[in-house]
Amino acid sequence: MSSGIGVVGIFVHDQEAARAFYVGKIGFEVHTDIQNGPFRWLTVRHPEQPGFQLGLFAPGPPLHDTESERSLRELVAKGAMPGLVLHVADCQQEYERMLAAGVEFTQEPTKRFGNIDAGFRDPSGNGWKMIQLGEPSS
Amino acid sequence: MGRELDTVTRQDPELLRRLLRAKDRMTAKPHEHWPVRRLAKISGTCEAHFARSFKRAFGVPPHRFLLTLRIERAKALLSTDPGTITEVALACGWTSLGTFTRTFGDVVGQSPSTYRSTARPVPPCYSGMPVCFAKASARPQLEISVSEKRRREALG
Repeated sequence: MSSGIGVVGIFVHDQEAARAFYVGKIGFEVHTDIQNGPFRWLTVRHPEQPGFQLGLFAPGPPLHDTESERSLRELVAKGAMPGLVLHVADCQQEYERMLAAGVEFTQEPTKRFGNIDAGFRDPSGNGWKMIQLGEPSS
Repeated sequence: MGRELDTVTRQDPELLRRLLRAKDRMTAKPHEHWPVRRLAKISGTCEAHFARSFKRAFGVPPHRFLLTLRIERAKALLSTDPGTITEVALACGWTSLGTFTRTFGDVVGQSPSTYRSTARPVPPCYSGMPVCFAKASARPQLEISVSEKRRREALG
C-alpha cells in the first residue's frame, strides 16, 4: 500500500513493560525499537496488519518538559486517554488466552447486538475494547 | 501561587493507576456492594485516604461515581428489560424500591415508570460506534451530590 496511516502512538509509563505486554501477552510483533540518546522509538504491529504500527511512546525529554511529562503520566494512569479497539475472530478464546497470560480485564466477554466485546487495560492504564463482530445481518 | 497549586494537585501516577483499578471494578459490577474498605483494598490505599484521593483523581467521590453507573444501568434495563421496577432496582444494586424511585427521580427528572414508558432502547443504530462507548456517553454527569441537587430544586 502506497498511502494510508502508518503509525499511531499511545503513551505508556514504561516502554520495556509495554513491549513485554504488547508482544508477550497480546501477541503483537516489534516493528521498530531504536534508542536514540534519551529517546526510544518503539513501535509494534499486529501480525495480520503489517502496514500499521502502534507506537509505544514514553512521555519525557526531549519531547516534553517536566511539567508536561508529569501531566501526561497522570492522564495515562487515570485512564483518560482515548479508547482503543482490537478486532478479534473469537472474543471468548482470546479472553481466555490473554487472561491466562495475566492481562488485566475490565470487562468479561459480553454479547451486544450480535457482537461480543470484552475490555482490558495495558499496564499503563490505556483501555482497550476487544470486539468480535457478528455476522452482518441480511 | 501557580507553582504551589501544582504541587497540591499532583498525584503519583502509580497511585492513580491503582485508583483506576477501583473505578474499573465498580464499572464492571455496579450492582455489587462497594464499601470503602473493598475499594481501598483494590487500590492499595488506606480507607481514610481512599475517597479523597479518588475524588481528586476523577472529580467525583467514589460513591457518586457508583451512582452514575447504577443510574446508567437502570435506564438501560428500564428501556430493554421486561422485569418489574423492583427487579430493576435490585439488579442495579438498590436494596429498596423507595430509595431507588426517589434517587432515580432526583437524578433523571422522571420516575422510573415514566422513564420506561417514554424511553427507547439504546439501538444498534450507533453503527460504527462500539456500544460500550455509546453506553458510557449516556451516563449522567453528577457534578453535585443528589442531596445538594434536591436542596437546590426545593429552593426553586
